[in-house]
Amino acid sequence: MLKTMMRRAGKCAAVAAAGLMMMSAQAAEPIKIGSFLSVTGPASFLGDPELKTLEMYVEKINEEGGVLGRQLELIHYDDVGNASSARNFASRLIRSDQVDIIVGGSTTGATMAAVPLIEQAQVPFISLAGAVVITTPVKKWVFKTPQSDRMAAERILADMKNRGITKIGLISGTGGFGSSGRTQTLEVAEKMGMEVVADVTYSGSDTDMTAQLTNIRNTKGVEAVLNFGFGQGPAIVTRNYAQLGMELPFYQSHGVASDSFLELAGSSAEGLRLPASPLLVPDSLPEDDPQKEVVQNYKAEYEARWDSKVSTFGAYAYDGLMLAVRAIEEAGSTDPAAVRDALENIKGYVGVTGEFNMSPEDHNGLDADSFRILEVQNGEWKLID
Amino acid sequence: MLAEFLQYLFTGITIGATYALIALGFTLIYNASHVINFAQGEFLMIGGMATVSLTAMGVPMVLAVVLAVILAGVLGIALQRLAIAPAKQADVVTLIIITIGASIFIRGIAQVVWGKQYHVMQNFSTNEPIEVFGAVLNSQSLWVLGIGAIMVVGLVLFFTKTLIGKAILATSMNKEAARLVGIRTQMVLMLAFMVSALLGSVAGIVVAPITFTSYDIGIILGLKGFVAAAIGGLGSGVGAVVGGLALGIVEAMAAGYISSDYKDAVAFSMILLVLFFMPRGLFGAKVVERV
Repeated sequence: MLKTMMRRAGKCAAVAAAGLMMMSAQAAEPIKIGSFLSVTGPASFLGDPELKTLEMYVEKINEEGGVLGRQLELIHYDDVGNASSARNFASRLIRSDQVDIIVGGSTTGATMAAVPLIEQAQVPFISLAGAVVITTPVKKWVFKTPQSDRMAAERILADMKNRGITKIGLISGTGGFGSSGRTQTLEVAEKMGMEVVADVTYSGSDTDMTAQLTNIRNTKGVEAVLNFGFGQGPAIVTRNYAQLGMELPFYQSHGVASDSFLELAGSSAEGLRLPASPLLVPDSLPEDDPQKEVVQNYKAEYEARWDSKVSTFGAYAYDGLMLAVRAIEEAGSTDPAAVRDALENIKGYVGVTGEFNMSPEDHNGLDADSFRILEVQNGEWKLID
Repeated sequence: MLAEFLQYLFTGITIGATYALIALGFTLIYNASHVINFAQGEFLMIGGMATVSLTAMGVPMVLAVVLAVILAGVLGIALQRLAIAPAKQADVVTLIIITIGASIFIRGIAQVVWGKQYHVMQNFSTNEPIEVFGAVLNSQSLWVLGIGAIMVVGLVLFFTKTLIGKAILATSMNKEAARLVGIRTQMVLMLAFMVSALLGSVAGIVVAPITFTSYDIGIILGLKGFVAAAIGGLGSGVGAVVGGLALGIVEAMAAGYISSDYKDAVAFSMILLVLFFMPRGLFGAKVVERV
């Protein structure tokens, strides 16, 4: 009797000791945050600020004691904007680096290439790309921080409607962002009873879009023009638009929402409107705006650290990292299933991009109102709505 | 109707002139060494980026342009001395591969030095567009066309009137024979690379206000310039210009009249057609084989 009790106690002790050892081993081990971003290549203006943001805040969180008492470790790969490398890197992050969560995927193409792998491996994944297909339909392990292009289309068309515009000319890039934006715009326009009377495209490497714009100008009945694209293309479109002396209201998508766009487009951008994150106008936000402080802090910290202007894209990475940290804290561990459930239940997280309210039906958690409508006035962003 | 056509034409000529300037750089080195220098696009980038960063530092525009062109020239010499010359006995294909390697190397350095974002350069003269019969023309297009024309004429004179130009031609036709008559062929090659780098950088500077400039602008423009050179017939200066303009105009017309979706397809069909019926390009030299 005594013997068996002793034996049991011994077993208990052994189990407890093993458990303790595992726990202390775990405490020493960092939480691995994996990332694949387009730091170089054509989408580098997305990936570059994103990586800088991740590096900077992982460092900052570690200095402040880490998450759950553990340090964060950022494991990062550059996919050069190439979907198949994105897939390879996602696979490496899961298989050999064995990361706890992935925050990354600068472009929709890169994100979607990695999604099947991630779903299979069951690792929580927060994408930083825009297209609506990423979280619609909802995929169990996939979340994203930027507003979708559909919301952008809704927001732009609503603003046009307020100005009494019903017939629009659409020009879009042929890349993933532009073509998805085009599809969404066509759908939303039909739903809102508006008509797309001209519909032209340009490729990302084009150096002159005058021909396409002339085509729109010669179409009867166009009341406003919308350009859906990112990179230097939209800046060239803006310049050509001004050169052609087109006077119609001009809209761009959130794909150009950065100060560097203003620099590129120069005075041609005067009067154009776009949906954007409040990050571009932190100081014009009203005092009672819940985002004001978050936005101001991010901008100040980023600019102090990197000596370059913040961009909306870096903010997507900020929100992605903070959502990941919050989910791990809520879950109390890095168990993938628990972290995923915690992510899905995040409510009222006020980020730079907007207020996130995730749910099992919505893995983006933002609504179209998180976009502010900005207009370029005297070479600066002005908050309209 | 006319305004529309003119607008497409102007657009096409502007883009085409850009392609033509780049094609000229290819032509020059091809003439000297039968090498297609895929680092040509990088000289273009160096010209634009150096000018932008120098003016940003407060250097006056004209001086910045001169310094940028000199920088590109030095790089051209370095490329020949450090990468091409050591591979003396290598065949042409190897040399072409070396230029591809060099272009990746230069681009990498530029990315570290200048960062990854796009940069703007101001128009040389006014920002106001010029109106002709209801169509508008960017004033910078005139600069591109004017400087392009000067460079073409200059090149023609260089090859037909100067000793160095003739030496380059002689070297390209028969290296051994040229050496026998006392031409220092390595020196000639170095000169060819330098002049072509100068050309490339000038092209990069005049087009930068239209296209913007960034560390990787050379990939796209270099490729289009190469295509233009191939259409015109590699090695022909006139061919480079005609090829560039034709490519630009076809692209713009296709984008305007058919659909921008088919613009690149139309351009590619044109290349296929030209090369199918005239394998040496529009102005390519006839091959004379002596036995």
